[in-house]
Amino acid sequence: MSKEKIQLSEDLADIMPPEYQEMVATATFGNEDRSWKDIGTSKELIEQHSLCAGCPESIAFRFILASIPAPEDSVFVGSTGCTSLVFPHVGVQNIHSLFGNQNAIASGLQRALKLRFPDVYKDVIVLAGDGATVDIGLDMTMQSWFRQEKFTTICFDNELYANTGGQESGLMQKGFVSKMAPVGKKFEKVRLPEIAFESGCHYVACLTVSKPNRVEQVIRNAIYVSREFGPTYVQLYTPCILEIGKQSMEGLDEMKESEAIGQRFVMKEFMTDEVKEFLKEKNAEQKARKKAAKAAVTA
Amino acid sequence: MEQYQVLPGPEAFLPPSAASMGITLPDPGEAHIEGRIVDEEEAYEYAARKLLGAKVPTIFPGPLVLWKWNEKAAKKAKAIRELAEAMPARLIPMADYRPKYPKIIAELEINPNHPNLTIWHNKIDVCIFIGVHCHQANLALKIIRGGTDCYTIAMCAQAGHEDACMSFRDISLEKIHKLTATVNKLKKEGVKSQAEPFTQFKMSRQGRIEG
Repeated sequence: MSKEKIQLSEDLADIMPPEYQEMVATATFGNEDRSWKDIGTSKELIEQHSLCAGCPESIAFRFILASIPAPEDSVFVGSTGCTSLVFPHVGVQNIHSLFGNQNAIASGLQRALKLRFPDVYKDVIVLAGDGATVDIGLDMTMQSWFRQEKFTTICFDNELYANTGGQESGLMQKGFVSKMAPVGKKFEKVRLPEIAFESGCHYVACLTVSKPNRVEQVIRNAIYVSREFGPTYVQLYTPCILEIGKQSMEGLDEMKESEAIGQRFVMKEFMTDEVKEFLKEKNAEQKARKKAAKAAVTA
Repeated sequence: MEQYQVLPGPEAFLPPSAASMGITLPDPGEAHIEGRIVDEEEAYEYAARKLLGAKVPTIFPGPLVLWKWNEKAAKKAKAIRELAEAMPARLIPMADYRPKYPKIIAELEINPNHPNLTIWHNKIDVCIFIGVHCHQANLALKIIRGGTDCYTIAMCAQAGHEDACMSFRDISLEKIHKLTATVNKLKKEGVKSQAEPFTQFKMSRQGRIEG
């Protein structure tokens, strides 16, 4: 499937609302080298979102949707949380699972798609918050890694249960006091990236979304590796500005501060040697494609 | 007990599903009119008369015909346009099923999660659902019956809809053409369209094309 599939029936095209016409005309379906840099010049696969003004999660959503290599052949599996408020507004297939069940749903979905479309890469991407991934859904998350299910799990880590008022989550930092956790967290933030790698993920990354280039590279790496090797895991710090007492404009600063040297979100990546070689080749291929495309434009 | 009739509403905030009131789906070659199973031939003329007698007849094409999934979908879209022009009827798209944020423009689109808004706004008295996935059509038809007085006709490519006031099943390109031909035949026989004058809106990437 490629952009040819995203077409309107000619005889009814002129009654379609503008956003669909725009999507058909300028969205980056069918372009493997699509990038966050297309934002602003092509139709994004996310419509107006329903998150809070300045929410870093909305930025993360935009970067992820602009980075996935084949949106027309991708299915997101989400779970209840702030992320699920956005899914009705995205131009990519998605499934809303019961809270915590997302990796179990994704396992069955990925296997079914493999049987139905054996010759096409169908990317299944789990996108859920830290409550669904690390607390209530940890069983399903880890079992899918143990089983070596070939899909990517992305966790939006905002270090608490944001849309239910700020309860303590496993990924909350030790000592943090929130509205619904007034005595402060008593144990350390769960080290899920390390656990993920030990549990069989072939590629793991943990970072903030302050730098779109990095987010894009990590998302692409995770998806490419999941196609060939097995499970991959990406943990993105998307602070809930409301629950940590920040203003709308302060999300980016919060992320930058927390990724400074010595802080808890210094970017880290784990991968096997095999994966390292594979990604090196993939990146070389991508560079060659981009160079050829540039040459074709200037010729 | 009298047979339940699937009539236009407003029936109630939560109308009963027609199936729970004993309404069954038609078999192949049949249709249902207000819950009564009839021969499909009878239904074409009944539907055509309903549409011609309406003040604001409207077709709601869904994603299965609005998007060019294949050549068949494109041909159905063409046939639907011809049907709309034959009556004449408004075309208002149900482009997808998401609860659109921040709101839909009721004059120009319909959403299965609150179809009553479009019907109220445009004062639609007879409508056709076509190319809408069954589960979303069921949802919308029930909401319409609950809160509006619109007469609903489902042109379903599968087994039909109990919750529509009348429903065809196994709709194909030929069957859409047949309904158009029936409308044209009735018009030739002297049945006049009661539709209020209107101009079908047109959209571009920039928005509504005025004029």
